[in-house]
Amino acid sequence: MQTLTFVKREVPYWTTGTVATPAGPVFRISTEWTRADTWGMVRSRTGAYRLNYAVTPGLYAIGNPADDSDVFVTANYKLTFDMLRRELKGMNAWVLVLDTKSINVWCAAGKGTFGADELIKRIADAKLDAVVKHRRIILPQLGAVGVNASVVQKKTGFRVIFGPVQACDIPAYVQAGYKKTKEMGTIRFSMLDRLVLTPMEINPAMKKFPWVAGGILLIFGLQPQGLLFKQAWLGGLPFLILALLAVFAGALVTPVFLPFVPFRSFAIKGWIVGVLSVFLALRFFEPVSTRDPILLIVAYLLFPALSSYIALQFTGSTTFTGMSGVKKELRIGIPLYIGAACLSLLLMTVYKLKEWGFV
Amino acid sequence: MKYLSNVTTLKYTRDTCTGCGRCVEVCPQRVFEMRDKRAAITDRDQCMECGACALNCEFGAITVNSGVGCAAAIINSMVTGGPPTCDCSDNSAGCCG
Repeated sequence: MQTLTFVKREVPYWTTGTVATPAGPVFRISTEWTRADTWGMVRSRTGAYRLNYAVTPGLYAIGNPADDSDVFVTANYKLTFDMLRRELKGMNAWVLVLDTKSINVWCAAGKGTFGADELIKRIADAKLDAVVKHRRIILPQLGAVGVNASVVQKKTGFRVIFGPVQACDIPAYVQAGYKKTKEMGTIRFSMLDRLVLTPMEINPAMKKFPWVAGGILLIFGLQPQGLLFKQAWLGGLPFLILALLAVFAGALVTPVFLPFVPFRSFAIKGWIVGVLSVFLALRFFEPVSTRDPILLIVAYLLFPALSSYIALQFTGSTTFTGMSGVKKELRIGIPLYIGAACLSLLLMTVYKLKEWGFV
Repeated sequence: MKYLSNVTTLKYTRDTCTGCGRCVEVCPQRVFEMRDKRAAITDRDQCMECGACALNCEFGAITVNSGVGCAAAIINSMVTGGPPTCDCSDNSAGCCG
């Protein structure tokens, strides 16, 4: 029966044949990336494609593994899986893929899907105790957030070793006799690491942008005689540009230049970059709306707050922010954001009343 | 890079530690190191409350109120009343990469 279902399964393009195991044949996986893998990475790094970017869980082979070969455990997010198999080039090893619902190791460990229960189940399903004669499995270090190593050992007999944080350190780690250097055990978060995360900051923010733009145009276009397109466009355009800049200040500039922007608080970092962008924009573009001091105040009140709020969202993508810290930022930040928004609305009302000649 | 100081809920009891070294092995922020055959905290403010150390400490020497340090998740939990999770991905393509 096992073989029958196996044959029916579609053969993924990243496999090169099969390897026989006591639990039936398993796919041998290629350690090369094709154009499809690169394109998949781009798509999953920029949008919703990531939600279904998955590999079938279970046991796979790298090269020609034997019963003394290492077992590497990973998530079934295809990008995670791809990064691992690329680094295992030239090795003979087993790869055990857990069902993490196409989520990376760290996030899945946080949710519990990359966890002891799932690992124990997969070890049993793959008959790992018959596939290999040793009793050790190597997990990515960040999997420790979800996997209690002692529970796994008690239930399966396999000793969990937490390997390097990043797959690219695996060859050096194996060469060194399974010894981790301090660097291998620490998360790095370079400018490039941060840059590749920004599309997922910009895209969600830009999805809400039409609402902000509509609101701005409505406020400026509203006249005693009705909605005037010319007023909306001429008056609203500078604010539209400022809003767009605020999005990029919070979602792109702040994340990329994170360590260089002063203060530890993300809200303050985002606010500083926001103020700077309003200042520079008003200097270089000299938008017409600055003729009124009320509009100038609103510009400095509202847009840095928007940038600050968006920058705060980046805490979800960083490697070093904790829940208690983010909660503290929100406790202080949210009342200030609401305050800034309400005050801006009040000032705009005064501005409109002045414009209409009521004040 | 460091986040806010004096906010972490990490607690470590040296008396309960057996010196197995799991916490040093799992902490991605190098909060722990071995000193005199027992674990010791190097810099508390490096802790991001991921919870790997507490989960893997067989002897209960470490506790931490772990959770996701993600503004969107925490705002969601404030609105819905549930715990903060990464499950904000229904239509916005999610926060977890």
